[in-house]
Order: sequence, then C-alpha cells, then structure tokens
Amino acid sequence: MKSSKKASLLFFVLLLFGTQVQSSVNAGLLKSSTVPQNLSEFGFFQNMQKQIPAQDVHPYSLVSPLFSDYTDKLRFVYVPDNQKLGYIKDKVFIFPVGSTLIKTFAYLNTNGPMDQQLLETRLLINTDLGWKAVSYVWNEDQTDAKRTIAGATIPTTFINSYGEIIDIRYRAPNQNQCKECHQVNKVMTPIGPKVRNMDKTLQYESQEMNQLLYWAAQGWIDSKLQAESMHGYLDVNAPLEDRARAYLDINCGHCHLRGGSADTTGLYLNLTEKKKEHLGIFKKPVAAGRASGNLKYSIVPGKPDDSILIYRMKSLDPGIMMPESGRALADQAGIDLIANWIEQL
Amino acid sequence: MQIIQPSSNSYEQIQEALILAEPGDVIRLTAGTFHLEDSLSLDVDGVQIEGEGMNQTILDFQNQQSGAQGLSVTSDNVTLQDFSVQNAKGDAIKVKGVRNIKFLRVKTEWTNGPSPKNGAYGLYPVESTNVLIDGCVAIGASDAGIYVGQSKYIIVRNSRAEFNVAGIEIENSYFADVHDNLATNNTGGILVFDLPSLPQQGGHHVRVFNNRSVGNNTDNFAPEGNIVGEVPRGTGVIIQANSDVEIFNNEIGENDTVNIAVVTYGNDTDDEAYYPHPKSIQIHGNTFGPTGYNPDTSKGELAQILYELSGGNMPDIFWDGLVPISQLIFGQPENERMVISNNGDGTLLAIKPIGYMLPLFEPAILDINEFEGIIKPLAPVEFDEIF
Repeated sequence: MKSSKKASLLFFVLLLFGTQVQSSVNAGLLKSSTVPQNLSEFGFFQNMQKQIPAQDVHPYSLVSPLFSDYTDKLRFVYVPDNQKLGYIKDKVFIFPVGSTLIKTFAYLNTNGPMDQQLLETRLLINTDLGWKAVSYVWNEDQTDAKRTIAGATIPTTFINSYGEIIDIRYRAPNQNQCKECHQVNKVMTPIGPKVRNMDKTLQYESQEMNQLLYWAAQGWIDSKLQAESMHGYLDVNAPLEDRARAYLDINCGHCHLRGGSADTTGLYLNLTEKKKEHLGIFKKPVAAGRASGNLKYSIVPGKPDDSILIYRMKSLDPGIMMPESGRALADQAGIDLIANWIEQL
Repeated sequence: MQIIQPSSNSYEQIQEALILAEPGDVIRLTAGTFHLEDSLSLDVDGVQIEGEGMNQTILDFQNQQSGAQGLSVTSDNVTLQDFSVQNAKGDAIKVKGVRNIKFLRVKTEWTNGPSPKNGAYGLYPVESTNVLIDGCVAIGASDAGIYVGQSKYIIVRNSRAEFNVAGIEIENSYFADVHDNLATNNTGGILVFDLPSLPQQGGHHVRVFNNRSVGNNTDNFAPEGNIVGEVPRGTGVIIQANSDVEIFNNEIGENDTVNIAVVTYGNDTDDEAYYPHPKSIQIHGNTFGPTGYNPDTSKGELAQILYELSGGNMPDIFWDGLVPISQLIFGQPENERMVISNNGDGTLLAIKPIGYMLPLFEPAILDINEFEGIIKPLAPVEFDEIF
C-alpha cells in the first residue's frame, strides 16, 4: 500500500514537472547552434496536435497574409523574457536574439468532413548570427514534426471555401528556398511583422484585443508607433488601388524589391515603389522567356488579359508561375483583385 | 568529397548535400541520369559541383514540378563542371549576385530542338563579378544559350552555342571578353545589349574576338514580348546601346540577314538615365562570309529597311546611324565615332537619319572607308581564375 502510494505521488510530481517543461520554451535550445530533429523539443506548444501554444508563446495574425496554396497559417511569436523589440518606421520589428517566429501551415478543413491536417511548421530563429530558417514536416499521426533540410513533397487533398475537394502536390520548401523570399541584400529577415501589417484585432485566449496593444502590454513595444497605414487586401471596403498594392506588396514585394532576389528584372512591386515602369506599367519583360506568354508588357492598363503579371499569376507551370516557389495552385481571389485593378488603371 | 549516384531519391540527396556542404567541399555526381522533379539550389560559398563529363552526368528536369530553374547558385567562389542540365522548365542554371563563378565544360540543353516552350536561358549568371564560362555548350534556349547579365569582369571562351534564339548574349555588363567560341544555328550568334530600367545599365567595354559566328539561320522562336524576339533570323553579331565594344578577328558568315548590326534601343522607356545609342564601337580584322542572301523581314524593321536601302545588295555591316539630335547636327565627338578597319572586302550600310527622312538627300552611307580610323584596343579582361 505504502509503496504504491509513494509511486503514485512520484508519478504526480513527474507529471507536474513534465507539464511545466512542456509548457515553456526551451530557451537554451534556441541559443545553441544545434537544431533538434523534432519540433516538440523546443517546447513551443502545450499541445502539439491542437497547436495550443506554451505560456510564453503568443499567437499573431497578419492584416495581409501571403497566399500559400489556401493553407491556414497558425502564427506564433516567442520573445525571451523582459526583452524589447526595436522599431524603425515601415520596417519589420527588430526582435531580440532568441526570439522565434513560428508558422504552422495546415489545412484545417473546417468547411467539410475531412480532418484537419498539419503540413509543416517553419521557424525563423533570431541568433547571434542573424535569422536562421528551420523547418519541420508533420508526421502522419500528427503527433510531432520532423526536421527537413531538402524540404518535402506532401501529396494530399483539402476542402476549399466552396466545399470542393482539391488535390495538391504540396511542397514544403527547402532551406535555400526560405532564403529566396526572406533574404534582402543577402541578410535574412522576417517579412510579415511590420506595424502596418500587425494593426488588427485578434481573439486571444483571455480577450479580444488589438495586436499592437497586446504586444505593448507584454512590454515588447511602445503603445504608440508611427507607421504608414495599409489597408488589408482582404478588406473589401478599402479602395481598389490600396488593396491591389497591399496584395502585390505581401505576395511579390519581398523579392520584387530593390536588393531583393528578383531585382534583376527591374520590376518592383513593394508598397513604396512609385515609378510606373518599375511597377510594370508598359514595362517590357527582361528575362521572362516563355513566361511572357507572348505578351509585350507586365501590365497593360485596362487590359488584364494582355498583362504578363496576370498570366504568370494564373499559371501552374513551374517555368512560368509567379511566385516561383511557395505555391502549386493559383490564388483566384488574388487574380481577380489584380485584374480588376489593372482594368481600371 | 561527397559522391552521389542516381537513385529514386536523387533530389533529396543532392539538395541536402548542397545545403549541408561547407566551404571547400566537392560534391561529385557520378555518370548517369538524375531525374529531378524540383529545382536544386546552392547557397554555400566555395563549393564545387562536378560530374563525370557533360555527356555522362545528366541532370534531367523533364518532369520538373516546382522551381523556376534547374540549378540556382547564390554563393561566392563556386565551380560547376562536367555535367549537363537538360530540359529545365525555366532557366537551366541561374547564378545570381555572386563573386567568382566558374562554369567549366557544362552543358545546358533542351533536347527537343528549338521551341518557344523551351526555357529562356541556358547558362545564366546575373549581377555577378568575375564570371568564367569555359568549354561549355548551350543548346535550344528560347532566349539566350549563354547569357551574362548585369555583371562585371566576364570571360566566355572555347564554348559552343547552338539552336538558341541568341547564342551568346552579354547584357548590361561591364568588362567582358568573348573569344574562341562557336555560335551557329542560332537566330542571332553573338549579342551585346543594354536595356533600360535595370539596377545595372550602361553596358561597356566588351571585346568579341576570334569567334566563329556562322550559319545562324534558325527562325526566331522566342515568345513575343522578349527583346530577343525582335532579332531577325540570320544575324551574326548585334551591338545595341553599348559603348566601347571591339569586334575583331572573328569569322562571321553564312548568316541569312546580316553579319554585324549596330543598333539603337528602339522601345519607349521613361528611364532618363538610360543612353539608348551605341558609341565608341570598333570593328576590325574580321573575315566575312556570304550574308544577306535570304533576309528575314518578319522580325522588326531591321531587315526590311536594310533590304530597301541596299536595293537587295545586302552589306556585311549595318549601322542604323541614330545618335542624339545634337550629334545629328554637329557630328559625333571624335572618341565616340565608329571605327571600321581592315575587314577584307567587307561591305557596309549606315543610315543617314536626316537624309533618310528627307527627299533628295542620300539616305545612307555605303562607303566603308568613311569609317576608317586608328584602332585603340581595349584592355583585356583579367581576373584571378583560381579560387
């Protein structure tokens, strides 16, 4: 009797201790140069499968998200205790070393009878040497995700917003492909967490709150930050021009940007670009090859069907499609938005 | 050295090796065909990727599902040698923003012959410094077989470009030597171009010598919209909007339309910093074979104008004569004049823009001796090829 009581107490203590380890981030691991084989080792989640974050890991969401094959993206941020974020107007926040951005790509399939499927979780870890990209692909049981270097191909199906079942050869990018988008002038950087892209309300566990105010309440940032405001491209009440530019900024502007990986083309689609030719208006292609689709200009005002931009957004051919990685399907809503914008230019 | 053999898992094996490589590593791909569905990329400095011969080690992208290139390189001090990239869906090998890159005995090919469905570029270094392409072969690109863009210090030698729209193209680049190459069966053999609204422009200091640019008579198969889509079939060498270009000791002939064309960039641009005219061009010591006997009037205006002005007696060298308006009136500065010398019995036609537009004036210069002058050789391009 006595010994079994002891054993159960020990079990209880272990459980308690175990839960504690589980529910807080392994900060030491983030500082070390070794990268664990399993996502669970970081301790970002209390419940991996349900994607319930640990206590010191916080969800966030973006005003204008990047299109990624209709995946649902579960974003989380971890900032080491008592540290502050730096801020430069219109730039991505400057995170302290040890901070991590966590993004799980999933088909939640909320619109039909299929189970949710977690595909991959990508991490951007800020180290002494700068941001490091690491990614993990979920196992079939959805209990943990395993590190991948060369990426992974995940043939699967999901249910779209119209309730249709769609087949996809989902491709988790390799480490170099992370750099294609996240590298500017050869320095790795996050893309999403800018003030203008964070200024929205989010349902937190305890309450609904503006994300910037929530971050301020964590002591990470000041509550009043100056920034160029941006309408989300999803905001149907915003002016068409603003929505289109917001869409191009987040989906194209990280490469099509001076110093970005597509700057050789002279096509710059970031929000702050002002020059018409660089935005693609009556701009001839430079190195498009067959991706020109026999069209003469990136954008012909009033004529979306004569615009290479639309042709490449629609294509599923790897030699033609834009963006050139990160999607296997076309973003129909995005195509419609940009086509409408070109129509009225 | 890491040795990789073809397997059912070739992509993961090669890509993982490329990511985990450390400076100084050699990755050897054995003889055989590697079937790849996704594009490969290297971003580690100082790595050598080598095969066992351009006809032995084949990276085959026939069934490529993702990625815009066959292979992409974004790191410094890289050597690629002795393999071939076949049937990439986009560009075959793209190298961007690096210092020191060597392509040695590398082949890029689309195996079903010239087709607008082929990828744009074969060997494609861009925004790079110290580019060496030696002993390579490029076949079937729907834009340029060997294309060097927005780069500095470039040597392309001992290579062969065949059945591309443009055989060898140097674009928006500074300090390039293109020599001892063969360009044949392309639409245009060797192109020296400069385009507006790009991060690097003002292409200059390009030497094209000891090459054979012969029989470039493949119909232009570039998709429309691309600048090379305007190149007429049967063009040996085109110089467009560059300065300080020296074309010498080449054998240029059997080109249906013209052996050498020197032209202004002809499209609209709002780029005020861009200079659209060629200047300080020197052409000497070349040997010309027959040309102009079957001009391609379907692409652009070049062949049509040439045919009309020459009365069908097509020249070896064509210059569109366009210069800034002030120079039309007051003449070109001495150091910007085109010099043409010692080209055997080569012939010329240069448009006189004012005469061309007005009746009763001579529309063109036909006497090649009007361009006689003293050749001022450009300095050879040199950089440390050991890295």
